[in-house]
Amino acid sequence: MNKTAEGVFFLTGKDFAKAGVASSNLKAILESMGVPPDIIRRAAIAAFEAEVNVIIYAVAGMMHYSITQEMIKIIVQDMGPGIPDIALAMTEGYSTAPDYIREMGFGSGMGLPNIKKSTDKLTVNSVVGEGTTLEFIINLNKTA
Amino acid sequence: MKLGEIKKILNAVVLSKNGDMELEIGRAYCADLMSDVLAFSITNSLLITGLTNSQVIRTADMADMNAIVFVQGKRPDLETISLAEEKNIPLLVTDFSMFGTCGRLFEKGLQGRSNRDK
Repeated sequence: MNKTAEGVFFLTGKDFAKAGVASSNLKAILESMGVPPDIIRRAAIAAFEAEVNVIIYAVAGMMHYSITQEMIKIIVQDMGPGIPDIALAMTEGYSTAPDYIREMGFGSGMGLPNIKKSTDKLTVNSVVGEGTTLEFIINLNKTA
Repeated sequence: MKLGEIKKILNAVVLSKNGDMELEIGRAYCADLMSDVLAFSITNSLLITGLTNSQVIRTADMADMNAIVFVQGKRPDLETISLAEEKNIPLLVTDFSMFGTCGRLFEKGLQGRSNRDK
């Protein structure tokens, strides 16, 4: 793979019908670039979890991606309630999602831990009342 | 195990147009929690679920799963079926319960996630 790509998807809070469209498009981009399937799967899962989080909790957000020969870097920034205790939110099973979210199959408190598990580096920055920014990286060339 | 055999074992109905019954299914994973599917499922496997919204299709697509069986006779809406067709993921529905579905497939040799799977 010797191509690079960069772009942004806009996300609208509570628009559950479109939840996953951005990640699906990102997956298609990675496939078209010839990224190995196991890497694509990790990126797609992390992006999807982050996208669903924005749609569940925030008013709006954006997913920025940049793909180079070295890494896939995804930044998901939202205008949402923020996370008061990031360490707690990183705990498997901890969730503040309401019941109707759980009925859709999400909100089981696996989102952030799953993003961490699927990626090589995850940074979470959050300001209560303003929003949350997730930045995660998947290395494409471990020897680089 | 071929998808056609799974259909037969479960007395299932194919809901999507893209029902390739020759599709080889390696393993199966069952859950109603899509976050669990994303966290613990494996590629090229069958998703067994009682949830029928479009997020199930999105989840299976992101997790590279091959096909979906809806249990308890639950059918997704047409929009969800169209999405699955677009993503080339065959959809089946069976009247068996989640437990009954898993039990029948396991009995016939379909395995779940191995301890060696990451």
